[in-house]
Amino acid sequence: MPEYSNQEWLEALRSADHNEALAELREYLKRSLRYALSSRVDPNRLDALIEDSAQDALLRILDKMDTFRGESRFTTWASKVAIRLALTELRRKRWENVALEDLVPEDTGIDYTPAVLTDTETSPEQQTYQREVMSLVERLIMTELTPRQRQVMIAILKGGMPIGEAAERLGTNPNALYKMLHDARQRMKNSLEEEGYSADEILEAFSKG
Amino acid sequence: MRLEPQFLKQVVKGIALTHSEEWNCDECFDQLDCFAEMVLAGKPAAEAMPLVQDHLDLCGPCREEFEALLDALQQLNAE
Repeated sequence: MPEYSNQEWLEALRSADHNEALAELREYLKRSLRYALSSRVDPNRLDALIEDSAQDALLRILDKMDTFRGESRFTTWASKVAIRLALTELRRKRWENVALEDLVPEDTGIDYTPAVLTDTETSPEQQTYQREVMSLVERLIMTELTPRQRQVMIAILKGGMPIGEAAERLGTNPNALYKMLHDARQRMKNSLEEEGYSADEILEAFSKG
Repeated sequence: MRLEPQFLKQVVKGIALTHSEEWNCDECFDQLDCFAEMVLAGKPAAEAMPLVQDHLDLCGPCREEFEALLDALQQLNAE
C-alpha cells in the first residue's frame, strides 16, 4: 500500500473520484481491525465483524473527516474510529440479554477477614487499615449514593457491564453516566478525607491485589 | 448487608483515583490516537496527557479500546 501523507489521504477521500482511496482505506482498516480484534473475538465471528466494522467505519470516517485535526497520522485516527465501532458492537451483542436488574449485589454475609485480605502479602496493620476503609466505603455506598448511582456502580464494577450498555438501559449516554459516577466517587472521596483517609494512603494500602 | 469484598476493593480504588477534573469517554477518545502514538514512540504520554491516562485508569471499555488500538498499531508498524 502506498504511504500517503495526511494531506494526501484527505484530498483523495474528498475528491469526486475517491473510489480508489476508499478501497485502500477499507483494506487498511480491515488489517488494523484484524490485529486489534484477533485476541478479543471468537475466531468464528472475526471475519464478519471485521467486514461490518470496516464498512461502518468508512461511512463514519467520511462523515467526521472534518474533525480530524492532523495531530496524529490519519490512519491512526481512522483505526481508532473503526476499533471503537467494532468493540461497541461486540459489547452490544455480548450484553444484549442482560438487564441492569440482573446485576444486583449479593448479601454475602462475609466479614472482611478471610482469604480476600489474607491472600495478598499485606501486613496485619495494612489488613486492619483495608478493613476499616472497606467498611467505611460500604457504609458510604449504602448511605451517600442515590439508588441509581448505587445500581450503576454495582452493574459496572461488580457485573462488568460496559458503561455504554448501562447508559443505553437507562436512556442516557456514556458521558452523562460517567459524570454521574464521577460525582458519586468524588462524594465518597470527600467523605473519606473528612474521616482522615487520604487517597494516596488508600492507593498504597490497596496497591496489591 | 455485606457487599462483596472484591467489589468494594474496586470501589475503593476508584475513589482513590478520583480527580476533581476528569475527562469523559468522548473527551478521552478524542485524544486517544495522539496518546497511542506517543506511547508507541516511547514518549511519556501519561505525563503529557494526564487526563487521558486518568480516564483509562478508571474506564474499562476505553482502556480496552486503547489496548486494541495499540495492538493494531504495533503490528501494522511491524509489517
